[in-house]
Amino acid sequence: MTSLAVSDHQAETATPAKVIQPVWVRIVHWTNAFAMILMIMSGWQIYNASPLFGFTFSRSITLGGWLGGALLWHFAAMWLLMVNGLVYLALGFATGRFRKKLLPITPGGVIADTKAALTFKLSHDDLSKYNSVQKLLYAGIITVGVVIVLSGLSMWKPVQLHWLVSLFGGYDIARYVHFTCMALIVAFLVIHVALALLVPKSLRAMIIGR
Amino acid sequence: MGRLRKLLIPGVDKKLLVRDAVKTMPELTRRRFITAGTSLGALTLLTGCDVVDSSSAEELLKKVSKFNDAVQAWMFNPDALAPTFPESAITRPFPFNAYYDLDDAPVIAGADWKLEVRGLVENKKPWTLDELYKLPQVKQVTRHICVEGWSAIGSWTGTPLRDFLKIIGADTRAKYVWFQCADKDGYNSPLDMRTALHPQTQMTFKFADEILPRAYGFPMKIRVPTKLGFKNPKYVLSMEVTNDYKGGYWEDQGYNSFSGS
Repeated sequence: MTSLAVSDHQAETATPAKVIQPVWVRIVHWTNAFAMILMIMSGWQIYNASPLFGFTFSRSITLGGWLGGALLWHFAAMWLLMVNGLVYLALGFATGRFRKKLLPITPGGVIADTKAALTFKLSHDDLSKYNSVQKLLYAGIITVGVVIVLSGLSMWKPVQLHWLVSLFGGYDIARYVHFTCMALIVAFLVIHVALALLVPKSLRAMIIGR
Repeated sequence: MGRLRKLLIPGVDKKLLVRDAVKTMPELTRRRFITAGTSLGALTLLTGCDVVDSSSAEELLKKVSKFNDAVQAWMFNPDALAPTFPESAITRPFPFNAYYDLDDAPVIAGADWKLEVRGLVENKKPWTLDELYKLPQVKQVTRHICVEGWSAIGSWTGTPLRDFLKIIGADTRAKYVWFQCADKDGYNSPLDMRTALHPQTQMTFKFADEILPRAYGFPMKIRVPTKLGFKNPKYVLSMEVTNDYKGGYWEDQGYNSFSGS
């Protein structure tokens, strides 16, 4: 940890400090993190009322205490998640951030960067530029985020939004889609947090901007 | 019997559900302890269910739930029909589901039963089952969606509630039709008038073309395919047309009151 902190310091003095994460990105990022955790933990409690698979989530990691409480949390946090998500998408497109940061994604680039990452040769010198693996993961998780909201809406309003349910192939399939997206987000979260801890200056950039 | 119920509701561990529900009973000491520290900061440090016991968080959640009632009322399209299915899609056996065991389900003698009609209606005459059976009936095969997440397709036959409301001269400008039922501990539930007037909202007398069995609510159930299952009262004793929000068995415990689908 000490050596990493030292290298952070060197990086800071070597290049003039520039804003890596603009303030709007930082705000929506942490708002999303908060909303997402509420959604996941309350979602696990809701899942427990009628499990899709042969397991349930321990009550120590769920939110709401019982189905009714979890539903209150889930349908409250959903507004925060949705409004914040829409702001993120709107600004991401409007500012050109998505285009600049996430494109292009090429298969060759992804393979080369995956190899580099696995052999610890991937450079983190310029945090404002995403490598191909990051581009793929971030574009992927944004898509998953859109799908989990749409599948959730279709389960919330299967009659009023029956066209959306049909899009997923029916109510029961929408439940599995919703669960799968949750699993993908949790998997992403584990990797995302692990890497942020391995490269602390990236975490710092998401807190103070540079 | 326990094993049978488990089979009837695929994937639902009833024991677990009951255990969860019991654990939620308010625990004043725990509640007071946590209330003081509720804030965004406390939430980020949350350790599972404890946060929900905080009364300020609870108040906020109740407010959002009321807001969600309004949003759902706004989204509700009185002409949008719940999807219907072919008879082959009917779930067999259709699950029995309640907050009590099937053994504890109400036993009602059809010959003695009368539907009480109260509130803002012109004709408050009680209705016998024979009289109700003479009203025109329609059949629907629709999906019953439980608040727990599972769903099942069933076939229900009966009289559209809006036709009956017209017959008894109900004031359909009133806000609610409030049902009281024979379930133990006195199940009741309010139904917003727009949903009560929805073409598929039905006073149900038959399931799968047979007289409604005890398990599904004999002698009469209210089938509301645009609501979650818990807002489909069974073993109905009375209906009251009213402008007052009188609460409901599950609604009072925290389930969202509109709970539209």
